[in-house]
Amino acid sequence: MTREEIYDKVKAVLVDALGVDEEEVKPESVIRDDLGAESIDFLDIMFRLEKSFNIKIPRGELMPENLVSDPTLVQDGKVTPKGIALLKEKMPFSDNISEFEKDPELEKMSKLFTVNMIVNFVEWKLANPTVETAAPTEFPSNTPPSSNP
Amino acid sequence: MRWIWIDKFVEFNSRQSAIAQKNVSLAEEHLHDLYPLFPIMPHSLIVEGMAQTSGILVGEARNFEEKVILAKIGKATFHRLVRPGETITYYAKIDQLNEQGASITGTVKVEDDLVAEIELMFSHIDQNMAGLEFPEHNFVFTEQFTELLKTYKFRSTVKI
Repeated sequence: MTREEIYDKVKAVLVDALGVDEEEVKPESVIRDDLGAESIDFLDIMFRLEKSFNIKIPRGELMPENLVSDPTLVQDGKVTPKGIALLKEKMPFSDNISEFEKDPELEKMSKLFTVNMIVNFVEWKLANPTVETAAPTEFPSNTPPSSNP
Repeated sequence: MRWIWIDKFVEFNSRQSAIAQKNVSLAEEHLHDLYPLFPIMPHSLIVEGMAQTSGILVGEARNFEEKVILAKIGKATFHRLVRPGETITYYAKIDQLNEQGASITGTVKVEDDLVAEIELMFSHIDQNMAGLEFPEHNFVFTEQFTELLKTYKFRSTVKI
């Protein structure tokens, strides 16, 4: 799949998930600030990406979790050098981390999540040999479904 | 009044799909509120019926241990009105399900007539709302809803 094809499908995902017009979606658009995404929309976007590209996105892969709750990663509202290093490690598909590093205020972290970042992520995911195939109705659980709730 | 917008399950495939039905009766007050002298089942309550059908499907997948809330209506396209005396059938299918939530594709029919196409997304709120605290008990799946699922299981095992 070419990058252009990936971009077109990502754009379609964002149009459907966020109810924005195609013209509003540009490579540099920030998902939250420019396209108006709210926190719950990110789960919707992940579901739609999985379906559209037949990939499985493990929790925390697209967006690292628990960053804020770890004081070694965030202090006084700023991401620490250790936090930046973690972001670089966990988000090799983001091309804005170096820019963010200059002024790593937590509030500005949403600017990392651009349309281009998602395209990079999908491209990286498709190229990664460890990519899992999506299993639409399966998920890991130690709890068997109840037969008598 | 009880906030239950399906009468029974007629099919239930754990983690996959469910079919539920609701009989629409002229005796129901809400039918008369939209258009005087032209009672119809409100579209919003048809969406709620689909949300209850698929919400129970999503909840059962994790043994009703998650607090499953309707997070998003991705699509709700209506093709026809529903009138008193008709039976609504909700067909819900899980598209995706993980520890954070689920997405559902649903169709609504009266007999073979397509009434609506609905896509919903559900969130397991304890998994997604970091920092916010909710009551420990599962306030979503009250006995009212878990009893609904028994309508299907009970029917399938009891012979008269």
